[in-house]
Amino acid sequence: MAKKSYSFYPGCSSQKAASASNYMVSVDSMCKTLDIELNEIPDWNCCSASIGYAGGGELPRLALSARNMAISEQVNPGQDIVATCAACWLATKETQERLHDDSKLMAETNEALATAGLKVEGNQKIRHMVEVLIEDLGYEELGKHVKKPLDGIKIAGYVGCQTNRPFGIDGESYENPKYLDKLVETMGAEPVENYDKKVSCCGGALAFSEPEKSQALIKDIIESAYDGGADMIVTPCPVCQMNVEVYQDHINQKYKTNFKMPVVYYSTLMSVAYGGSGKDAGLDGQIIKAKQLEEIASK
Amino acid sequence: MTDANQQMVEQYRNNFLREVEDNVEEGEWVKMCMQCGVCSGSCPLGPHWDHPPQELFMMIRAGKRDEVLQSSSMWMCTSCYNCIVRCPRELPITHIMHGLAHYAKRLGIAPKNQPTHKFAQLFWNNLVKTGRVNELRLGLSLYFMNGFGEGIKTSLKMQKIGLGMLMTKRLTPMELIGGHKCKDARGLQAILKKAEELEAARIPAAGK
Repeated sequence: MAKKSYSFYPGCSSQKAASASNYMVSVDSMCKTLDIELNEIPDWNCCSASIGYAGGGELPRLALSARNMAISEQVNPGQDIVATCAACWLATKETQERLHDDSKLMAETNEALATAGLKVEGNQKIRHMVEVLIEDLGYEELGKHVKKPLDGIKIAGYVGCQTNRPFGIDGESYENPKYLDKLVETMGAEPVENYDKKVSCCGGALAFSEPEKSQALIKDIIESAYDGGADMIVTPCPVCQMNVEVYQDHINQKYKTNFKMPVVYYSTLMSVAYGGSGKDAGLDGQIIKAKQLEEIASK
Repeated sequence: MTDANQQMVEQYRNNFLREVEDNVEEGEWVKMCMQCGVCSGSCPLGPHWDHPPQELFMMIRAGKRDEVLQSSSMWMCTSCYNCIVRCPRELPITHIMHGLAHYAKRLGIAPKNQPTHKFAQLFWNNLVKTGRVNELRLGLSLYFMNGFGEGIKTSLKMQKIGLGMLMTKRLTPMELIGGHKCKDARGLQAILKKAEELEAARIPAAGK
């Protein structure tokens, strides 16, 4: 397949030594194999995710994403914008929708952008990396590069919220999307059938402000994966990954459970299946080690 | 009661629905709610809301202004978008909740010690400073948002998680002495300032 090029919006958590830096490492390795070129939007800024609304009103929040879109149009014309973070993707896509729906908001946004010499049209498509994989390459192409099938690993596909709602992946249902399971299968692993918490919420940003309420949600997500016989959980979202991985000790303490479930990204699986080393796949970024993946990677 | 709040009370008298339609993000949708309750039943933190979305919509129509705006309810939204995709009338409920929360904040009548209210403000302040989120500073400001004593307690509780993040290079102390940022943070701040001014001109009480 010919090389594919995208205008890339990495987002705050993907930066060096940030909470999803391991995600970025595995994405880089995966894209190298698939001949996907990611052209970073220069000097991109935070999108304010879904939690900036106390301080930021509608227009300032739109202006944040609009600045990224404006720079992208200028520097990477003719390319789709791709984000790896669910919240980055959602905030940018929502901004595009809002600006196109409301000419007054579009005019005001451009008036604000003009103070920094920028202008937005908002005509580049805004896509999640998963969409690129499924729609632009397809499962067959993704499967062709598998060198080390992830045999014997059972994986719960935790889709979560924001890559699924309100936009979602084309052709998938909100209540039971199958793409993550299909990706797991394509990499040679076995998806957990009927994983009933696959689209449940982990609390998102409220894991910080309402830890107990959120951990009750996270507990169910992990428990259901164990019930389905999972060895690990896979997710496309940095917030899901962190929330479901890092609080397991706290949950064990509170609920007398014995959780030790690795939580990885789809790109982690793909990097390992494509023959990457543990380092390439960002496995050193796992707080709960994904030992089965480490074994395959070191073979 | 703040001046901005007083001004809006006088301007809209008993028509709280109108006030919401004019000033709250996506507020023009509120009247479309048909009270089916699917949103409330779909919310992951539903049981923790004093008034779930469906109830808030009815309260807005019934003019229960203080009960709505001073409520902690909409601060319980996790932005999971379940309500949006399930609403038979396609109300953008998540956005209306954010809009109500922001409007209450703007008028100075949002519940002061509501943890998500505090965190959401910390998040905004954090990102505006350099154009990108500084995760370490955000974490520390969160732990200490209820004072020094509680901050130490929370930090101790979170110690192991922080250590795990450090060991796996998903957190760095370097963020305290600089860290990631936009090169043109000033340009970004100018954009935001202009956006705030424009919004303030549209929403009378805003920005005061």
